[in-house]
Amino acid sequence: MTLALALEQLLNGIQFGVMLFLMASGLTLIFGVMGLINLAHGSLYMVGAFVCAYVTGITGSFWLGLLAGALGAAIMGVIVEVLVIRRLYQRDHLDQVLATFALILILSEGTALVFGSQPLWLDIPSILKGSIELGSVIYPVYRILIIIVGVLVALGLYLLISRTRIGMRIRAGENDREMIGALGVNISVLYTFVFAVGAALAGLAGSLVGALQSVEVGMGEPVLILAFVVIVIGGIGSIKGALIGAMLVGIVDTLGRVLLPSFFQWFMEPSAAASVGSSLASMLIYLLMAIILAIKPKGLFPAND
Amino acid sequence: MKKIVIGVVVTAAIVGGVAALVMKDGGYKLTDVLSGSPTKIGMITTLSGGGSHLGIDVRDGFMLATEMANANLEVIIRDDARKPDIAKSLADELIQKDKVDILTGIIWSNLAMAVVPAAVNGGTFYLSPNAGPSALAGKACHENYFNVAWQNNNLHEAMGHFMKGEGLQKPFILAPNYPAGTDALTGFKSRFGDAEGEIFTKLGQKDYAAEIAQIRASNADSVFFFLPGGMGIAFMKQYASSGIELPVFGPAFSFDEVILGAVGNSAIGVKNTSQWAYDLDNAANVKFVKAFRAKYDRTPTLYASQGYDTANLILSALEKASPSDKDAFRKALEAADFDSVRGSFKFGSNHHPIQNIYVREVVAGDGKKPTNKLVGIAISDLQDAYVSECSL
Repeated sequence: MTLALALEQLLNGIQFGVMLFLMASGLTLIFGVMGLINLAHGSLYMVGAFVCAYVTGITGSFWLGLLAGALGAAIMGVIVEVLVIRRLYQRDHLDQVLATFALILILSEGTALVFGSQPLWLDIPSILKGSIELGSVIYPVYRILIIIVGVLVALGLYLLISRTRIGMRIRAGENDREMIGALGVNISVLYTFVFAVGAALAGLAGSLVGALQSVEVGMGEPVLILAFVVIVIGGIGSIKGALIGAMLVGIVDTLGRVLLPSFFQWFMEPSAAASVGSSLASMLIYLLMAIILAIKPKGLFPAND
Repeated sequence: MKKIVIGVVVTAAIVGGVAALVMKDGGYKLTDVLSGSPTKIGMITTLSGGGSHLGIDVRDGFMLATEMANANLEVIIRDDARKPDIAKSLADELIQKDKVDILTGIIWSNLAMAVVPAAVNGGTFYLSPNAGPSALAGKACHENYFNVAWQNNNLHEAMGHFMKGEGLQKPFILAPNYPAGTDALTGFKSRFGDAEGEIFTKLGQKDYAAEIAQIRASNADSVFFFLPGGMGIAFMKQYASSGIELPVFGPAFSFDEVILGAVGNSAIGVKNTSQWAYDLDNAANVKFVKAFRAKYDRTPTLYASQGYDTANLILSALEKASPSDKDAFRKALEAADFDSVRGSFKFGSNHHPIQNIYVREVVAGDGKKPTNKLVGIAISDLQDAYVSECSL
């Protein structure tokens, strides 16, 4: 493997990781602050992608679509929080899983009713098509944009949580939910805000990825599973853990897909190696999760220790 | 609490599957009772998700043929969402509860392998309008199983043959890791020889950045890919913006009219192999394409032609025998006494077609989207490589 290929694959891993971070940061924030397991987070990702595709189709502007995707998911997040989620904070995790699973079914079926079950195809704007040279690596412009957006979001979240009053309340909420309520902070507004931020990030991720791949009903569930793996690896409730976990999962998954088949070629015939290698590669991140949990049962950066 | 959370990850992992099971039971019944009890046909196909346009076209082609013939059939249509477990339970339901005479419709070979052997062993006829895994053509062939479309290797064999003739030497080949994917690359290599690079991707994969990087880093002089449905659209879009200039080849599955509509002009000039083309000049095909366009307002894909042929094969056999007389009905199917839209058509001894495979080229269409144009024959009267392994 040449250096250029290795670097390009590393960039691919980082790009995948950044996308996972957008999902996982919202998920981990919601769990950390409200103690809520939100299985419907993947549905918000889907809602964002559909809103983005719809608005882009009407206005012809992908940028407006992107904005609408994030906003649309946030609005859907607020609606869902006020109608359903709010009643779940005091319940145990099993009830939360049951209710948010129902939300998955409702949102998927609802989206299929409105948009049909055929995938929609979003085009990336022509300014972002094509590739540019970064030293010896040729890399698609659009994927670079995804990486930049991810870095900006990570930075924004860091500033929001460590430097602002609302961030202070979020941290306080993570540490002691009862106390912050007793101190006169309007907890239900705070919860709705956190939920909306998480939903907006999921919608942004869905819109960005939808343009690269496809927009379809059920697109959120595979990503949701990976996002859960990320927050378990990173330590539940920790934004920093979500960032590191997402990068780990993104890079390990991408490099595994590339390296394992060529590794097996040393002692197997090529087509068997390709088949065994790609099968093993799809298990790799779960192995990673198992190993990390065996060593650090609470994940890499547990939030409440 | 942490333990519960880890349990939730496992729960999340099954969410996808269960959600699909609950949601996808949206089939509907089409009954056309003229007289007597109609022949019952169960159709399990993919009507939602990234593989849905294949199933929709098979269904629409099939139903068009039954409507044109005004046939006394009851067709029960179910959506498998491209999940083997759902397909299996739908098949059990159709056979045991609805007591269908004939099953058909499955698009994906991994689903066919989950459903077909048990169904045909239990005495139900299965006519495949698409999937043609090598096992069912060879060692696991069965007297009640017919493939109306092709054995999986066929279109890829023909492309391997064609690319060799074009003087290409180092193709990079990729396909999803499932039975039809391994058949595809086996078929390609059986005619071409070894490839410069070979990758199996995940079935349903949508991001091909890692694979495209490997193509870029290789010494390949061309790319051959088998990625049907949404996978092909995602790959072509990402390939087009990667800056790689290598010529692209594939079977018709990678360049059907729906994929071309989504991919746009970046596919122009691409050659692909097919057993059928909408501009193939024979009376049955002209009639089919005209009727399909009139009814559905779009150009049929090869999947629609396969659904249409499957229905017409069933109708031709029903004229001679009833499915309750299994030996007579089987004989009538074997005769393939219908006008196939692909021209001359007959079954080999393993109930798989012997047929011409054509080459098509993607050209600019009259509207915004490009289209396929027939340019020649890749291989005449191709029979699959597994017929000698079949005991029929």
